[in-house]
Amino acid sequence: MNETPSQTIGPFFRIGLSPLALPELGLDAPGALTLVGRVYDGAEAVPDAMVEFSGAGRFVRVLSESDGSFVATVHKPVSETTSHAPSLDVSVFARGLLQRLVTRLYFPDEEEANARDAVLASVPATRRATLVAHAESDGQLRFDVYLQGQRETVFFEY
Amino acid sequence: MSEMSHTTKARIDPPYDWPDYRSTAQRAPSQPLVSIDAARLRESHSPVFGEGQVEAAEADLTRQHDGQPLGERISVSGRLLDSDGRPIAGQLVELWQCNAAGRYRHAGDVHPAPLDPNFTGAGRALSGPDGTWRFVTIRPGAYPWGNHPNAWRPAHLHFSVFGRSFTERLVTQMYFPGDPLLEFDPIFNSVRDERARSRLLATFDWSSTEETWSLGYRFDLVVGGHLATPLEAPQ
Repeated sequence: MNETPSQTIGPFFRIGLSPLALPELGLDAPGALTLVGRVYDGAEAVPDAMVEFSGAGRFVRVLSESDGSFVATVHKPVSETTSHAPSLDVSVFARGLLQRLVTRLYFPDEEEANARDAVLASVPATRRATLVAHAESDGQLRFDVYLQGQRETVFFEY
Repeated sequence: MSEMSHTTKARIDPPYDWPDYRSTAQRAPSQPLVSIDAARLRESHSPVFGEGQVEAAEADLTRQHDGQPLGERISVSGRLLDSDGRPIAGQLVELWQCNAAGRYRHAGDVHPAPLDPNFTGAGRALSGPDGTWRFVTIRPGAYPWGNHPNAWRPAHLHFSVFGRSFTERLVTQMYFPGDPLLEFDPIFNSVRDERARSRLLATFDWSSTEETWSLGYRFDLVVGGHLATPLEAPQ
């Protein structure tokens, strides 16, 4: 074992990590979805979070604003098997997180596939909804991330 | 129940809940983490970077302005490797840091130390075919923070790297050998294993020290999360 351990991203990562934060990348591609969300900790919105979404051969990084909000362009991956619902793998970095948190985003219009998904099934039923984005009336998706509290998002270890 | 694939990610990473680092109190998850099959996460690949997406000049933080930044000029070079020691080529290495006086070029940094008009503190590089990367910069200063009375962060560089897959993503900090602040730093010491902690330290290196120009430091970035099962296709 020779891995380099993780350390917190700290509060000043915008200096170095902004160039790759391209929330509108892929907006012109077929199937582009606008995802909005907000990151909260145990007390308030998190103005210094970095959230990265991976899946469907795409990667998007967003940096939260002063009110904890972010906007990202995402694409729904095509599922290769019936036991896997389409999902995005999500990393959350922030001051106060000594290593990233890993979560997943599932899509609200995939109820049947979500019901068969082995990863969702492994999550306590009462918390499953934290992993499914909400369809907003304007066609956008919403995915809020709660680091703590009553609505705490499910985070994974691997 | 199918067998889950595990990764070589050792239990070296710091805990989420680490009271010595006060900010963890509001941000560490309070519910238990849920185990996920690493093979599922591994389906997400890292972003791919091509020639021209990152300029060679981005790796020299001392030449981004009209004048030279103040401070001790250093080079930091190393390799980007997976946990089997295989080089990871063509991947992005992102670096950010404060200036020699211990001040970040960021609106949120209120440390009453001077900004340096000739220093931004951001760099990027792509790893070469053998996983190597190199930056030229200045040694950052120590700075105070509000974690506890008279708290000072040891000098450090922030690094962000992608491995080949989602499980190999790493954000970390590099420290300098012999820094007297290390033993008091709750972030450095959040890595409980002493040998793992030592891998956050650069080593001073004569071979990359350039006569009359810059001191050389070496720092390898070794990403965990590599699948340690026969599921991994042979290369």
